[in-house]
Amino acid sequence: MKISRDDVLKVAALANLELTDAEVETYRGQLDDILTYIDKLNEVDTSGVEPMAQVLVASTNDSSLRDDVVVRADVITEVLAGAPDPEAPYFRVPRVIEK
Amino acid sequence: MSAAAAWTIPAVRSALDARKISARELTKEFYTRIEQRNAELNIFLALSPERAYAQADRIDAAIAAGDALPALAGVPVAIKDVISTHGIPTTCGSLILKGYRPPYDATAVARLERAGAVILGKTNCDEFAMGSSNENSAYGPVRNPIETGHVPGGSSGGSAAAVAANLAVASLGTDTGGSIRQPGSFCGVPALNPSYGRVSRYGLIAYASSLDRIGPFAHTVRDAATVMGILAGRDPKDSTSSPAPVPDYVAALDRPLGGLRIGIPDDYFGEGIDPEVRTKVEAGIRLLEKLGCRRVSIRMPNTEYAIAAYYIIATAEASSNLARYDGVRYGPRVPGATLIDMYQKTRGRGFGPEVKRRIVLGTYVLSAGYYDAYYLKGQKVRALIARDFREAFEKADVIVTPTSPVPPFRLGERTSNPLQMYLADIYTVTGSLAGVPGISVPSGKTSEGLPVGLQIYGPAFAEDRVLHIAHAFERAGGSEL
Repeated sequence: MKISRDDVLKVAALANLELTDAEVETYRGQLDDILTYIDKLNEVDTSGVEPMAQVLVASTNDSSLRDDVVVRADVITEVLAGAPDPEAPYFRVPRVIEK
Repeated sequence: MSAAAAWTIPAVRSALDARKISARELTKEFYTRIEQRNAELNIFLALSPERAYAQADRIDAAIAAGDALPALAGVPVAIKDVISTHGIPTTCGSLILKGYRPPYDATAVARLERAGAVILGKTNCDEFAMGSSNENSAYGPVRNPIETGHVPGGSSGGSAAAVAANLAVASLGTDTGGSIRQPGSFCGVPALNPSYGRVSRYGLIAYASSLDRIGPFAHTVRDAATVMGILAGRDPKDSTSSPAPVPDYVAALDRPLGGLRIGIPDDYFGEGIDPEVRTKVEAGIRLLEKLGCRRVSIRMPNTEYAIAAYYIIATAEASSNLARYDGVRYGPRVPGATLIDMYQKTRGRGFGPEVKRRIVLGTYVLSAGYYDAYYLKGQKVRALIARDFREAFEKADVIVTPTSPVPPFRLGERTSNPLQMYLADIYTVTGSLAGVPGISVPSGKTSEGLPVGLQIYGPAFAEDRVLHIAHAFERAGGSEL
């Protein structure tokens, strides 16, 4: 067994995900299968291979960055209109600092 | 025109030029068709008639004034729901973004509209583009218009089906591990995944940022090339978009094919491929040979590790990208006693099963103690897969494979085993990891009448080459093999 019930709960806490007991059990089994499958990567000799984090697009060196100028976006009203609990110009959340 | 007739981009233009129809009438015709079919097919999640008719009226005014028309004038298009559209609901097929209306347009959407396209609405997809069947949408699956008991593929199933059902002339999908090409194959329409960096991702709601791309579906390869010409190019709002010049994709289509070398990977037609798919793709390869291409054998030795590397990298990036859905800035909130409790409840109830599975897997492979064994290893194997492509392109001009090892399957047939579903992405994830362009074109049908797709890969930024070959293949009757 590659992954335990506790592992799933620990990872779910890291990801701020509430899972039901049934979900924890289902994911544990499925992730166990997937991680076992992923183990086949151990067959590959990757010594001396540089990890590839991104597709490198040719000739983007300095041109990949635009000039750093302030542009007015002016979207506060629209953005807050879609928020679950807005109080302009803020997003309201449950209390995080005790009195 | 009858309800079943397919409008292509040139057909729209000549009808507008000849004043046989106005852009407003054409838009209305498409909304009528959508009204007739959407309850059954579940393709559109939101319609944008106000914006569509306003655009149609601008085109009609330009026609009345005798102005030169842009390339997509009056062309009705559909946009996958993971691509931002200003003021039009954009949910990513998820409950966690229910009711969200982006405050801006994706660059791809703005470019289409600037070119005269009429945006009809947003298409259904697997939640956050995670899936290969469309069954992971929180709003119910799309049905395959060719055989409605079957899936349309995924994740861009709604966009593929919109074109196949003649509910749009062209559409935008996104592809992270095959999500344009595989539904294109399942719905029997050409579907292009461009090179990474060729089309701006600005406004594409991220799943896996190092893999995500936007590309077109259309009735013909020529139409896909036309749309591609509008989408491609540098965008200052996406630092990974390339400044490389954009060729004229349409002008490249009608050159003769002679002498191009098509690389066929050894071992791609063995275990795991449906016999009917194999037969049809092999017939497709013979057709390409008849058109003057030369078949060469190539090796892609790291292909068997592609699925494992892909599901590490994609889920790791997803776990990070999807951290932003926390009930604070958009979408519904599930109240909680504390901030953390609110996050956990909102995310636990707002995300569907596949998204949660991938967040848990992605968080796991990035967590302390596992980073080197999984994430770093996955990135190294990714480098080897990219090397396989580079070496193959020294011997061949393009690589030809099946798009999917299986034809469209029945709704519900494959939902119980996620790993089995992942394994069917084998022919598409390799190109996703390497960053190269790939197109799926219809290559015959199974005995049940279900479409089969043939995939053509080219080197990075050789969209013109894959479109050229796909066009010749289509013209020579590839879909009827």
